Amino acid sequence: MIPAPFDYVAPSTVDDAVRALADAGEDAKVLAGGQSLLPVLRVRLAAPTKIIDLGKVAELRGVREEGDHLVIGSMTTHYEVQRDPLIAEHATLLARATDTVADPQVRHRGTFGGSLAHADPAGDLLAPALALDAEVVIQGMDGKRTATAADFFEDFFTTSLRPDEILVEVRVPKHTGWHAHYEKFNRVAQAWSMVAVAATVRTDGDAIAEAKIGLTNMSSIPMRATAVEQALVGQPATTEAIRAAAEHAAEGTNPTVDGNADVEYRQHLARVLTGRAISAAMAG
Amino acid sequence: MTATIEPEVGKGRLRKEDERLVTGRTRWTDNLTLPGLVHLAVLRSTMAHAKIVSIDTSAAKEMPGVVAVFTGDDLDPDGAIGMPCAWPITPDMKSPRRPVLAQGTVNFAGEGVAVVVARGAAEAEDALAEIDVEYDELPVVLGLENALAEGAPLVHEDLGTNRNAVWIFDSGEAGSGAPVEQAISDAEVVLKRRFRQQRLVPAFMEPRACMVDPTAPQLTMWSATQIPHILKTMSALTLGLPEHKIRVIAPDVGGGFGGKIAVLPEEIMCLLVAQKLGKPVKWTESRSETMVAAHHGRDQIQDLTIAATRDGTVTGLKVELLADMGAYLGLVGPGVPILGAFMFNAIYKIPAYHFACTNVFTNTTLTDAYRGAGRPEATFAIERIMDELAAELGMDPMRLREQNWIKHEEFPYTTVSTLTYDSGNYEAATAKAMELFGYESLRQEQRERRDRNDPVQLGIGISTFTEMCGLAPSRVLGSLDYGAGGWEHAAIRMLPTGKVEVITGASAHGQGHETAWSQIVADQLGVPFEDVEVLHGDTQSSHKGLDTYGSRSLAVGGIAVVKATEKVIDKARKVAAHLMECSEDDLEFAGGKFTVKGTDTSTGIGDIALAVFAAHDLPEGIEPTLDSDAVYDPENFSFPHGTHLCATEVDTETGRVRIRSYVCVDDVGKVVNPIIVEGQMHGGLAQGIAQALYEEAVYDESGTLTSGTFADYLLPSAVDLPEFTTDRTETPSTTNPLGVKGVGEAGTIASTPAVVNAVVDAVRHYGVDDIEMPLTPMRVWQAIRTGEKAAGGPGAESGGGLGSIDAAHGGAQ
Ligand SMILES: Cc1cc2nc3c(=O)[nH]c(=O)nc-3n(C[C@H](O)[C@H](O)[C@H](O)COP(=O)(O)OP(=O)(O)OC[C@H]3O[C@@H](n4cnc5c(N)ncnc54)[C@H](O)[C@@H]3O)c2cc1C
Repeated sequence: MIPAPFDYVAPSTVDDAVRALADAGEDAKVLAGGQSLLPVLRVRLAAPTKIIDLGKVAELRGVREEGDHLVIGSMTTHYEVQRDPLIAEHATLLARATDTVADPQVRHRGTFGGSLAHADPAGDLLAPALALDAEVVIQGMDGKRTATAADFFEDFFTTSLRPDEILVEVRVPKHTGWHAHYEKFNRVAQAWSMVAVAATVRTDGDAIAEAKIGLTNMSSIPMRATAVEQALVGQPATTEAIRAAAEHAAEGTNPTVDGNADVEYRQHLARVLTGRAISAAMAG
Repeated sequence: MTATIEPEVGKGRLRKEDERLVTGRTRWTDNLTLPGLVHLAVLRSTMAHAKIVSIDTSAAKEMPGVVAVFTGDDLDPDGAIGMPCAWPITPDMKSPRRPVLAQGTVNFAGEGVAVVVARGAAEAEDALAEIDVEYDELPVVLGLENALAEGAPLVHEDLGTNRNAVWIFDSGEAGSGAPVEQAISDAEVVLKRRFRQQRLVPAFMEPRACMVDPTAPQLTMWSATQIPHILKTMSALTLGLPEHKIRVIAPDVGGGFGGKIAVLPEEIMCLLVAQKLGKPVKWTESRSETMVAAHHGRDQIQDLTIAATRDGTVTGLKVELLADMGAYLGLVGPGVPILGAFMFNAIYKIPAYHFACTNVFTNTTLTDAYRGAGRPEATFAIERIMDELAAELGMDPMRLREQNWIKHEEFPYTTVSTLTYDSGNYEAATAKAMELFGYESLRQEQRERRDRNDPVQLGIGISTFTEMCGLAPSRVLGSLDYGAGGWEHAAIRMLPTGKVEVITGASAHGQGHETAWSQIVADQLGVPFEDVEVLHGDTQSSHKGLDTYGSRSLAVGGIAVVKATEKVIDKARKVAAHLMECSEDDLEFAGGKFTVKGTDTSTGIGDIALAVFAAHDLPEGIEPTLDSDAVYDPENFSFPHGTHLCATEVDTETGRVRIRSYVCVDDVGKVVNPIIVEGQMHGGLAQGIAQALYEEAVYDESGTLTSGTFADYLLPSAVDLPEFTTDRTETPSTTNPLGVKGVGEAGTIASTPAVVNAVVDAVRHYGVDDIEMPLTPMRVWQAIRTGEKAAGGPGAESGGGLGSIDAAHGGAQ
């Protein structure tokens, strides 16, 4: 379990990091928390010749408010996301999803930005980002650009990040007062999701005014369960109504098959878990 | 010297070894180093079955830091070296040669093909990519029944068959019972079931590692092994080295679970390379290598036929096994399923019994001992089929067991498979367990949940088990054609200051021998617990031993310690009598002191140790030493038993299983240290539950292990497991002076069927009568759906009985 040799730099500004990345070309990799990158290097599935460690770039860390958005630095760790008061108030769904990521050791090192950039379809933070209509801010030699979460995720482990770009921050529209729950299904506690459902709901009196539902691991990229979202609008928050809406959860999904689940079972889980996620959100 | 008042045996002493083991501040093989050390890295085959056309090592040899690159032919040009198998279970057993590194063909994905020697471990690893191996693919043999099918391709062409051996026991022939075919044809009820024991990875925490120093006349080998003594002798035999020129050291070893009962090709490779280069060498495997190259466990197909009367008396049991050996034979691999032969009849009085096992070669990693070795497989199958029989007969499964088990007044009891159980009390353990569990109220809740068609169904699983522990009476091993005895050695060194060194041949790798042995010696010699140091694992200090496995350490090794202390006391008595000018008969020994009966004149054992050291005034003809050793060969196995009860909740919408409560009452005989017993139970339960619910080593059709990391091979952690309620009854073993049995494997053996029985019980009303392990949510969900479809909805009768053999393993596949 020894990675192939590489050079290592640890710049202290985003500009320096971007320059280092551009100079090194295709063979460079950015290191965030290392919780996904290091295993890949150690089993030699990748052998970049240069590692650019973002660990010393202070400006990439932390959460701030900007009008009706929260801005979350890409290097903010899972541990910090779980405990951040702004996130708790305005993007509860993200905090609840982050609670389910791996184990305490991993959460102390792994980062929000790293998770999105890694784009593992079983990763738990992609669907919440998508459900919350987040945007990612990306910086390269040509300056900054912004992409919606929907445009950012392209395929298994593939995003619209170009090799010389760094994910700088994530802009999340405030969902103040929304109910939220992340329903994760896995076989042992520290494992990735087989299927998970991110649900956040705004109520108007006893009725559901708006619902946003993200699905984890139901396709090569995170998905919105739009049919469920539509079916819920204006409905009373009853078990029957939620159940009926959740029946649409698997529409348009295209999950992978592995030893834990085939397509039929994953789609079944998506329906069951969607119902549970919405109910739990409403109860919480 | 202060004598200990309270007996040490029975005290919940914290383990002496834990500070260093838990903090990791100790010596593991991988953190040892020597001047001039070079590092080895092994190139492993990615093919499951292929001819090696060529191996080009020239580019690798040019890599920075590389000292040498060797292939199998370089290390063993004559192809003369074969890894040892110590258990030829039948005279005609087929034994393929297992080379140090593959020669000619590779037979499983993970087999070593070449070794790089470099100055640094990283440099050795880097150079692996530069070795160019050309393979010519051969057909891959996977799956027990496929391997035995007509015209199946062969793993080893030269053997002419994939059948390694067939081993049979028949109570009719042995005279220990009636012929089973008769029992079956006469029976009122016959039930057949097929169970599958999935393949498991022994998942020890410390990967395997080995270092060899060839620079002194006596070679020294450090290895993360469970069996330093056996390794020493076997290395000598395998390489034709003089045995006295090898010293083997197992420093602290980070777990084994049977997975380190082996003579590794890598260990032999280290010896060969070290001698060739005249330099110390070290090999440490990565976790990825462990997964493919360290032996696996289990992997059997079990076909059982049980015969009974309609009122629930078992009249016969027939067991037909297929056991996957993998591509080669491990050190004791062929014998592992045979250990199960004696345990299928379990705690029951079964009048007719037949056991047949066919060992099979496939192009997979070899299998060998894994916690329980043969006994978990047997216990699983009998405890599962007892539940199925109960369902068939419409009886309460505990009631069925009671009706058939050996009653406490019937001990000693000779079973149909010829073992004599010395002691036990199944009634007592069961009564206690049932009470702790709240059996009746759980049954009530189960009925309620069924009645209201609750999406979460409740099931209760029972496992009343026994196991043969304390491997083993040497004569029994001889009758099974095992290549060694089953005794154990211990020695006591009385130091001049009254402190004590204990040497044990049982080489601990996490069990806590240092603590337990100290407690035993403290009581025996009347010295403080702190004054005892236990030495093990180095053939220079501990020259004799048969190591740690099969729950043998205390029941065999611990008794050897007792015997050695008795000799110390005998020697000391002579000296004491001389010093106090009395007759030996006038002395009594207690609390570390010899006292002249009826007086207050006494001498402590420490004073005697000093007097013997000085040797100024010893009786005529007495050697100036109290040091003693003993070798203990048990006359019988010991037979721990217990009743395990598991309640599971099954979420019928998702198939997820949650263990709601787990109660076990185990009888492991006399307890030396309750904390250690508790620890062994918890760890054992975790591993047994993991087989039921989580773990499986899976190969794809090309013979690639697809569960090659811990992201795919799922080990539970504390959060995945329930709080265990563990309790004990104490029926001392009558075959050893301490009355101890063994506890290392009990939890693993008992828990797997308890969990599976509980899950099947929860969903039986959907028409489910089995679910294949591990019981993944998908399999459970599918079983419910299939059962519902086949049986026409919940509430219909479940399958089973002779009429439904084809549907017998219903459930999920
Ligand atoms: C045992 C274990 C269990 C886990 N379980 C879960 C789980 O249950 N759910 C889950 O969601 N995740 C899980 N993870 C993954 C974890 O959440 C990781 O932290 C996350 O996937 C990657 O974040 P990181 O900061 O560690 O990124 P790194 O590993 O450092 O990087 C990952 C990839 O993203 C790129 N990258 C990182 N940051 C940037 C950036 N700012 N700009 C551009 N590219 C970047 C890197 O170059 C690399 O390719 C687990 C990890 C482990 C080790």
